[in-house]
Amino acid sequence: MPILSALSITAAALAAAPMAAPDTLEQRIAACLSCHSVKERSDAYFPRIAGKPAGYLYNQLRNFQNGHRHYPMMTYMVGHLPDAYLREIADYFAAQHPPYPPAVAGSGANASAAQLTRGEALIRQGDASKKIPACVACHGTALTGVEPSIPGLLGLPSDYINAQFGNWKNKTRRAAAPDCMGEIAARLSEADVAALSAWLSKQTPDAAARPAASIPQPLPLACGSFPASPGFTPAAAQGGAQ
Amino acid sequence: MRKIVYTIIGIALAAVAVAVGLLAQQFWSSDNTPPSAATAALSPADRIARGAYLAKAGDCMACHTTRGGAAYAGGRALQTPFGNVISPNITADRATGIGAWSADDFWHALHNGKSRDGRLLYPAFPYPNYTRVTRDDADALYAYLQTVPAVTQANQPHQLRFPYKLQVSLAAWRALYFKPEVFHPETGQSVDWNRGAYLVQGLGHCSACHSARNPLGGSAGEGLSGGLIPALGWYAPSLNARGDWQQEHITALLKTGVSPRATVFGPMAEVVKESLQHLNDSDINAIAVYLKALPADGAAPAFERDGAPEAVAFLQAGAKLYEKHCVDCHGASGAGQPAAYPPLAGNRALAMESAVNPIRIVLNGGFAPGTAGNPRPYSMPPFGHLLSDTEVAQVVSYLRSEWGNNAPPVNGNDVNRYRAIPLD
Repeated sequence: MPILSALSITAAALAAAPMAAPDTLEQRIAACLSCHSVKERSDAYFPRIAGKPAGYLYNQLRNFQNGHRHYPMMTYMVGHLPDAYLREIADYFAAQHPPYPPAVAGSGANASAAQLTRGEALIRQGDASKKIPACVACHGTALTGVEPSIPGLLGLPSDYINAQFGNWKNKTRRAAAPDCMGEIAARLSEADVAALSAWLSKQTPDAAARPAASIPQPLPLACGSFPASPGFTPAAAQGGAQ
Repeated sequence: MRKIVYTIIGIALAAVAVAVGLLAQQFWSSDNTPPSAATAALSPADRIARGAYLAKAGDCMACHTTRGGAAYAGGRALQTPFGNVISPNITADRATGIGAWSADDFWHALHNGKSRDGRLLYPAFPYPNYTRVTRDDADALYAYLQTVPAVTQANQPHQLRFPYKLQVSLAAWRALYFKPEVFHPETGQSVDWNRGAYLVQGLGHCSACHSARNPLGGSAGEGLSGGLIPALGWYAPSLNARGDWQQEHITALLKTGVSPRATVFGPMAEVVKESLQHLNDSDINAIAVYLKALPADGAAPAFERDGAPEAVAFLQAGAKLYEKHCVDCHGASGAGQPAAYPPLAGNRALAMESAVNPIRIVLNGGFAPGTAGNPRPYSMPPFGHLLSDTEVAQVVSYLRSEWGNNAPPVNGNDVNRYRAIPLD
């Protein structure tokens, strides 16, 4: 009995001694992972950020800090983090490529055949009459995004995509000027947004797909967040498209 | 009878005259202190560097810059119980900033709480603290702000309710709660203590949050006995009686945001990141010396815990949740894993009457501020989407009852109130 109580005292003393937290990035960013878990949650709203280009993810973290994007929880989380740490966090998520969960049935689930046809047309050809470029012209033929800063579009719930277009239209989501997506969102009707988000959410993404290394230039519109290739002037691109 | 009436009227008129006189005095009287020699003797570069440092100590940027906006161009809405005060442009722009101001004008704003045109300033600009800033320091600040790149951005009108928007209301407030002051060192105290007192009471404007306010927004004396920050929904804890803290733990908390005793969260994370981490070790040390020497709060009667079965079961439910969600980081003994995860045993945030801070931290989680001394901070996950109001109440109540912590339990309604408070 005395031995047992001596053992339990030792155990209590061990429990009372401060432990050292694991020095890993995963441990440090537990707050991020509780919503943006690398093991997907199949949630209707938290977007998949794994595998997106690091430059895109970094730009979004900065946008939450500087008020270009509005989501109180994100602003609160990243508001007081230094730049180097934001880059490290962006690099971490960009390097993750977990399998995709089954598609989430969002508002796009009930889209009609006509809506899906319209959606696919916008994605692949755009709509010249409304000066809307094809999504693939910037986001890549496979819609997997382009390094370093153009995001892929697959594996996102239609409700999330709709919400982002709503934010661009209301100017509560902005990007570095010239804000190409803000411009395009303004040209899209709500019906067009619903059509393309429905089509996108119904595609089965390939977990082995990666952001493209490059994209033919000029882009249809000049984008402040996408650095132009050397010897290429963004102003010419803007003029060429409009 | 008639004589009595005249007497009453006479007294009333006299009272009105005195009141008018007191209010008028707010507009007319000013404490004029001429420029001092020390700052004037500095080279322009040293003067500006000195001012830049003092601007960090005062955290001027925090209020005078919007999220993502141009530095010091103003426009940030400061929420108060009386409406929003919109911070002005203090860049060197001559038309919309303070580029046309003289050093005397700047001194009047800082020391007397008056704008260049004689308007009384709202004390959301913490001149009840800044009034103690020396003329030398004010002149250095002025020199620095005159070098801030000019941004043309017109000031927005405040969004204050009646009657708070009237200058006469402000004059009445000032007659009650403000008079220009000068910081006088206490001869019986050390150089460090006096330097700390000067920074805490003056530019640091700690009492702007860390003191209780009466319904008119008057600060209850110079104390730092803590208070709820109106509109923000965080409780700024009492800074008194940190005598049981080691000096280096206080300096670590102020300089890096983390310490073996606690981690800063909420609005204080911004203060550490934008202001305190930039202060030199000597000033941080002085602040810690001063805070450590603050008198103890009056001893509150010990909370007598309810031993009824349902009260005990409520805490046991909290203990189960702790075991499931919290124990990996904060430990079975509540010792935490400093500096990654703060200890919960003996943590002041869990001993205060107000439970708002632990409730909000459990709901929202968050990162410690990223500082030069802690550039890759650890974080706490939010639990708002995992736990119900009652479950958050159970776990917070448990934290407030365990490891020697002894504060009253909270209920689901207390938690629910803070789900709706915006985070920024």
